[in-house]
Amino acid sequence: MNAPVNLNHAEIAATTPLDKLDVSDPALFRDDVWHPYFARLRREAPVHYCRESMFGPYWSITTYKDIVQAELLHKVFSSESSLGGISIRDRPKDLRLPMFIAMDPPQHDEQRKAVQPIVAPGNLAKLEHLIRERACRILDSLPRNETFNWVDRVSIELTVQMLATLFDFPQEDRRKLSYWSDCATALPMPGGLIENEQQREAVFAEMLQYFLGLWNARVNAEPGNDLISMLAHAPATRHMSPREFMGNLVLLIVGGNDTTRNSISGGVLFLNQNPEEYAKLRADPALVESMVPEIIRYQTPIAHMRRTAIADVEFGGQTIREGDKVVMWYISGNRDETAIEEPDRFIIDRKRPRQHLSFGFGIHRCVGNRLAEMQLKILWEEILKRFERIEMVGPEKRVYSTFIHGITELPVRIPG
Amino acid sequence: MPNITYVEFDGTAHQVEVPVGHSVMQGAVENNIPGIDADCGGECACATCHVYVEESWLPQCGTPGEQERSMLGFAATAAPNSRLSCQIRVTEALDGLVVRMPEAQH
Repeated sequence: MNAPVNLNHAEIAATTPLDKLDVSDPALFRDDVWHPYFARLRREAPVHYCRESMFGPYWSITTYKDIVQAELLHKVFSSESSLGGISIRDRPKDLRLPMFIAMDPPQHDEQRKAVQPIVAPGNLAKLEHLIRERACRILDSLPRNETFNWVDRVSIELTVQMLATLFDFPQEDRRKLSYWSDCATALPMPGGLIENEQQREAVFAEMLQYFLGLWNARVNAEPGNDLISMLAHAPATRHMSPREFMGNLVLLIVGGNDTTRNSISGGVLFLNQNPEEYAKLRADPALVESMVPEIIRYQTPIAHMRRTAIADVEFGGQTIREGDKVVMWYISGNRDETAIEEPDRFIIDRKRPRQHLSFGFGIHRCVGNRLAEMQLKILWEEILKRFERIEMVGPEKRVYSTFIHGITELPVRIPG
Repeated sequence: MPNITYVEFDGTAHQVEVPVGHSVMQGAVENNIPGIDADCGGECACATCHVYVEESWLPQCGTPGEQERSMLGFAATAAPNSRLSCQIRVTEALDGLVVRMPEAQH
């Protein structure tokens, strides 16, 4: 909606020479005009090499099936942080943070298992009541007949309260979590949230300092049911270096709030764009169950995951060389017409709605997927009990990022 | 066609016929049996078709491969008789197989 009106993206996507096609420009996502570029790659060059981009040369994998196969090839496609990690943008070599999403087995497996109990079925059941109580409180506090930013009042508020609970982090400081999260993923630029990497390091240092206080208290206490206590007591993580602790904090903070935040915002946007689906939902609130995974597919809150080839490999008819950057575009695979019926439509009662790439597949598949779904489900159940409709009253604003596919502003009004 | 019994976590049993060559996961999905999500569609790339195989049937179900073992390693409620049902191919020898579902699929 923010796209300059004089650019015809369908035409540019169709006429740019294939080898010059660069889908990594963050403006494509900020302006929500990425669709025709990926559609062309899926059709004409599903495994595609881009020689020049603001992130350097990279391979794109764009179809659903190829992405699943690439996810399974973790022995060739490494996530290792020192090679560049999991995002298309390389941080300076000395600032790359180790974290378990950006590790390969066996270290990845050991550290991941340390935090896994947080989303065990028993723990999720315990969290359900708390999420509902908070969702009710947040929704009941919303103004009527007045324009407000849904992202700030609901999406951020609910997810950051949840994240504070998972860390057993002081609730009064919870907005520090969303601030650190935004700083972790921001593209450095003049006038931006983060202007340069030094500034980001300073924010990370402040974050580490805060969490070291929590760690020190928990490491000497009985093992508790929160993420910090789990990290402090698990054999695989209790002797982490400060930078490893910092890295895993960034991972859990970003993974634990930004993704669900953007799916919460996306749901309101999609229902406004598809009034017939909104009507269907109001007529049958039980459709929340299948709508939630559809929102997560349609939003695709993480646009891509990146890998680095650690050997030469034939993939999709192309030769990918050792050291090459390989980008799996979830945002494209989720719109692949050969895998998903009418993928460009938002349909809340799809037959197999959970068949999507937003959580990734293979050993790095999202740890918190069911918790994310539960938060969305409860929120929508409570919304439907309260509001006839949530109306968008202006265009949304989107994040300038190739990695986080997010919404920063969603002006809405609830008629009362 | 071989008969397979799927037992939900709450004890509800579903006995269905599954064609030879299909996976045990497909047998559940094609018959709309709840409790098996199969998010990845049978690629051994998630762990949402997790089942417990009755001990006596374990040998007939074969040995899990490396990828299956790593995915099961991340399943919250994995046990020694855990398998991913997309990786068990139905044969005549599996006629009478009983599998149980975990509390939830992750």
